[in-house]
Amino acid sequence: MLQLTRRAALAGLLAGTVLAGAPAFAQDTIKVGVLHSLSGTMAISETTLKDTILMMIDDQNKKGGLLGKKLEAVVVDPASNWPLFAEKARELIQVQKVAVVFGCWTSVSRKSVLPVFEELNGLLFYPVQYEGEESSRNVFYTGAAPNQQAIPAVEYLMSKDGGEAKRWVLLGTDYVYPRTTNKILRAFLKSKGVAEADIMEEYTPFGHSDWQTIVRRVKQFASQGKKTAVVSTINGDANVPFYKELGNQGIKATDIPVVAFSVGEEELAGIDTKPLLGHLAAWNYFQSVKNGTNTEFVAQWKAFIKNPKRVTNDPMEAHYIGFKMWAQAVRQAGSTNVDAVRQAMYGQKVKSPSGYDITMHTNHHLAKPVMIGEIKADGQFEIVWQTKGPIVAEAWSPHIAENKGKVADWSYPWVCGNCTKPKF
Amino acid sequence: MRVACLRACALLLILVTAALGRDARADAFGDALAGFARDSYADTIAAVEKLSALGDPRAAPVLRALAEGNLYVRKSDQAVVVAREDGGKTEAAEAATGRPVGAFKADEFDKVRVNNRVRAAVQAALGTFDLVHPDARTRIAAARALFRSPDAKNIPLLEKSLEAEADAAVRAEKELALAASRVLSDKAQVRLEGVARLKTAATPEARNLLLRVAGEAEKGSALHAAATDAIASMDSQIRLARNAEIFFQGLSLGSVLLLAAIGLAITFGVMGVINMAHGEMVMLGAYTTFVVQQAVRAWVPELMEVSVLIAVPVAFLVSGAVGIGLERGAIRHLYGRPIETLLMTWGVSMILQQAVRVAFGSTNREVTSPSWMSGTMEIASGIALTQNRVVIILFGLIVFGLVVLVTKKTWFGLQMRAVTQNRAMAASMGIRTGRVDAMTFGLGSGIAGMAGVALAQIDNVSPNLGQGYIVDSFMVVVFGGVGNLLGLLLGSSILGVVNKFLEPFAGAVLGKIFVLVAIIVFIQFRPRGLFALKGRAAEA
Repeated sequence: MLQLTRRAALAGLLAGTVLAGAPAFAQDTIKVGVLHSLSGTMAISETTLKDTILMMIDDQNKKGGLLGKKLEAVVVDPASNWPLFAEKARELIQVQKVAVVFGCWTSVSRKSVLPVFEELNGLLFYPVQYEGEESSRNVFYTGAAPNQQAIPAVEYLMSKDGGEAKRWVLLGTDYVYPRTTNKILRAFLKSKGVAEADIMEEYTPFGHSDWQTIVRRVKQFASQGKKTAVVSTINGDANVPFYKELGNQGIKATDIPVVAFSVGEEELAGIDTKPLLGHLAAWNYFQSVKNGTNTEFVAQWKAFIKNPKRVTNDPMEAHYIGFKMWAQAVRQAGSTNVDAVRQAMYGQKVKSPSGYDITMHTNHHLAKPVMIGEIKADGQFEIVWQTKGPIVAEAWSPHIAENKGKVADWSYPWVCGNCTKPKF
Repeated sequence: MRVACLRACALLLILVTAALGRDARADAFGDALAGFARDSYADTIAAVEKLSALGDPRAAPVLRALAEGNLYVRKSDQAVVVAREDGGKTEAAEAATGRPVGAFKADEFDKVRVNNRVRAAVQAALGTFDLVHPDARTRIAAARALFRSPDAKNIPLLEKSLEAEADAAVRAEKELALAASRVLSDKAQVRLEGVARLKTAATPEARNLLLRVAGEAEKGSALHAAATDAIASMDSQIRLARNAEIFFQGLSLGSVLLLAAIGLAITFGVMGVINMAHGEMVMLGAYTTFVVQQAVRAWVPELMEVSVLIAVPVAFLVSGAVGIGLERGAIRHLYGRPIETLLMTWGVSMILQQAVRVAFGSTNREVTSPSWMSGTMEIASGIALTQNRVVIILFGLIVFGLVVLVTKKTWFGLQMRAVTQNRAMAASMGIRTGRVDAMTFGLGSGIAGMAGVALAQIDNVSPNLGQGYIVDSFMVVVFGGVGNLLGLLLGSSILGVVNKFLEPFAGAVLGKIFVLVAIIVFIQFRPRGLFALKGRAAEA
């Protein structure tokens, strides 16, 4: 008898949980997928993006949710493992039936999930600056394309204020983003009259920690009588030992400036930045931007994460813009249906912490301002240059010859991300 | 009466002229300051140059404030203000008059923006002030700043300060700065003198300057010949220095490999346990360093500089205890079953990683290096070694020495060798083999923990830290010869140096692949590694 009751009680408990849990999830909430690495080499950058989306969802729910429903985050950990990204994306769309996914940092992870999103007609918001050369119907790119980050940064270093660099070291992690960006930069530098011998290109694996040789070679490369600058597309936690080595070998920004495209406030949080004074980063947003929206954003983040020392950065701001745009589009479409939301996304405007009204264009990219900052002793950036206003993204770089005539435009009559003539 | 008037008049006249003179100076100073209010880098630099040319003693603090980002412009009247942070409070004073500004409210002031170009100009300008500073280190910094931004107009200044310079190290730096400035002079003779002095420097900066001179000088002129000759002689020196540095970097990589592998040489080499959780023992050591550092920062901040040293024994104890627990709890039941041991320890490695992830979070932890482990030390002209690497090489050698001492010279080491060579015989001689096993495994793990302290200084302290070293550690142990400590030392140094000499040609990725392939081939011919054990010990 005792045995029976215990078993019955257990069964009842189980059934109770299932009954109480399942329908509630299916009926009353809109699920939002979060696909960011919470472990592995990219966790340094991606964990905060997960928290950013949780903060945005929390905020939206406090305002009453969307379409009368609460939002519910579904967080998965693809563990910096690129094939696992595709599996987790499939799980989010097919099993969890999420309305939208916010996720990915590295381009290799985006390339891994792309076929899944296109096959299942999912919706991905990708928040990181990247190499361009892509415009998928199922992805909204809220980070910068090369013409919104890499090219202006190099132009700045070529200018008088930037130190008139004549020789270039392109350092990167060995995967698609650095290689493509450097291909575009190489073409751009050549168009500006830089000789082949004045460009050094070097790649290292993810998580590389022994930078002695490379930093030494950079020093040697810089001793050929011309002002040298380093363009770094190093990603993830390999940046920490890289910057430590720069500091230890005494490379000063006044001699050899290093401009990074994947290093922001968050990555610098783990380093003593005093020896790095003056090294640069190019982004569309810095925490040190001064305006009301940003003050609110920074305060909201510090309150949500319950740590006044935490910092904000550009990809977080991109998620902020992406989430707000998606919420506006859902409200406008009156549905979370992917096709309806996509139509509603075009032309959507959000007042962003960068201080500008950011607009989504029909090439699935944003128009964003470009800012160049120098690292300060406290780990923040001092903005030393910025564009007058937002710059429209070029999905296909005009500096690559094969891209001639390619257009990304998902509105009528083009309806295509990679065409030389309209579909209709 | 008249005389008195005359006197008074004369006095008045003197006073007026003096005041006028000061006004004239003040005006020039004020004019220069006005440049800071224009919010353009070019104007800021012009202002910096004007200030340094004036030679006004009030200029130095203004320039210093600018370099530190403490120079502001008051929005209301465009007055330039020097701010100074003092114990959390910001105090500010007008630059021209020294009058203190009441309460410093950040939104009433605009910061004078500084970028790298401005910073270089400021450093050069400050250099002209600091050449006669009482502190030798400041004088060296000043000389270096002038060397970096050479200008012919600094020649008289440098010559004058050299006359009074007694310190040999400062002298050398000043001479170099003078040579760099002379090279840009418009007198051919002076330029030649500069080239001759720069020739002895053999640094990339000096080479850059000489290249500039060679490019500007007429072909066939004495100057061109001297400059090209200097570059050529410098190149051979630079090449020598480069090879010395690569060799050092190889040794440094070797010492990292040695540290990572030395614990494994005991657990795997001596005991024969394939311990896949070895990397996690290293990782635990790194996290211990972090915890010790946090504790020191919280309770005894004055010991921050030596917190690394405190972490060494603590990490040894932590990892050692975990190792003993692992051996007693699991591994001892699996002796003689290598495949099961491998799988089990691999599982343990994942458990440890996840446990650390739960306890500390998945993001990396910051371990700051003490000042004696940052920066470079120059051992000869052009050969600069990074201090953290030097310390780690020494640390690796000390740990290695200790391990050799323990295994060869102590009672415990004797028992350890006895048990591993012939367990049954050792047991019958009264040695408690189980206890020796546990202590040996604990020793190996503890040493791995000490390695973690060193690796925390150069790598990221993350739950994955150990994974990056486990393959390398096995590689070193197998290459050096299983069970042979001397082989370990040589093996790790050889691998490190070969890797570093390959890297410039093959790149970081391919270089490592080459090394791995080379080892595979090597193992085909010498399956027992560099130093194979001979005799009965070999079969143990």
